[in-house]
Amino acid sequence: MLIDTSTIGLVEVEEGTKVLPPNLIITSIDKVVNWSRLSSIWPVTFGLACCAIEMMAAGAAHYDFDRFGIIFRGSPRQSDCVIIAGTVTKKMAPVVRRVFDQIPEPRYVVAMGSCACSGGIFRTYNTVQGCDTFLPVDVFVPGCPPRPETLMEGMILLQEKMRKEQARWSMWR
Amino acid sequence: MIVEVNMKFPYMKMDPLAIAERIKEKFPLEVVDVVSFRDQVSVIIKKEKIVEICRFLHDDPVLDFDHLRDLCGVDYLGKKEPRFEVIYHLYSVRHRHMIRLNAQVSESDPKIDSVTSLWAGVNWHERECFDMFGIKFKGHPDLRRILLPEDWEGYPLRKDYPLKGPEKEWSGFAEVLEKAKKYREFDWEG
Repeated sequence: MLIDTSTIGLVEVEEGTKVLPPNLIITSIDKVVNWSRLSSIWPVTFGLACCAIEMMAAGAAHYDFDRFGIIFRGSPRQSDCVIIAGTVTKKMAPVVRRVFDQIPEPRYVVAMGSCACSGGIFRTYNTVQGCDTFLPVDVFVPGCPPRPETLMEGMILLQEKMRKEQARWSMWR
Repeated sequence: MIVEVNMKFPYMKMDPLAIAERIKEKFPLEVVDVVSFRDQVSVIIKKEKIVEICRFLHDDPVLDFDHLRDLCGVDYLGKKEPRFEVIYHLYSVRHRHMIRLNAQVSESDPKIDSVTSLWAGVNWHERECFDMFGIKFKGHPDLRRILLPEDWEGYPLRKDYPLKGPEKEWSGFAEVLEKAKKYREFDWEG
């Protein structure tokens, strides 16, 4: 049954979202799911090198990631995201991959710092030349190390990316 | 030689060159050279009696080197013969003096006696030196690689080791790359 929306006073508050006062909202499942996901990104508590210090600073009171809903979780099984904060050595790569594999879908990867993005200054035998060689990276955050503001920009970019996803909730994805 | 240590002034700092002289006196056949640079003295020695020399430095009450600050290796490929040196930085906590021993190790026989019997803390330093230079320490209780994976091939701090690593990838990392390739089809394409 189709409702004739012109007669019942629906208000379009933004593109694709209509409100029937006082308390009925009509929108797509994509919008609701994406909004709830991007408002509660829970990264794994996982740091590899000096970038982890900046990541902690970003999570602490001054920069306060909690206000974006970004709360660090102790277990990858309760997380949505992993921030690769630091140099990935070849010896550490299997561990990083395992942590990523333990995160349930939907999951996201943020490569933080020059080392995680490209190997950085360590063009040597023991360093992975960018963690995108073995992980599907969503956002690259350059810097050595990036300031907390830069990481914040990266997380906001990740949120924007999540906002644009279509049908990631569906079983036919 | 009996030396009485004055307990009122319980320490007696020695000039490093004087320490080198003492080593030379005691082991005249072992000392190859004594090099002084910026008030730091290196005693270049042969490797055969390294434990005896270290024991002398450790037990002698005037020298009393009870602390081994660092042990490391050097590769002098194409610059010096023999190729390797194992370097001992010794310090006396009581007398507050220090000396450096450079033990020469050849490429054909990269082995030296372990000094873990004198300073237990040198255990990991020797493992690191073995890990990076492939110098084997005879008598070491647990000589395994300490930093690199145990199935790593080659010794990275040797000068002839390629900086970016050998052509063949380490098996552990190759497995990860293989796994990542296999699971790529499950990634979200958006």
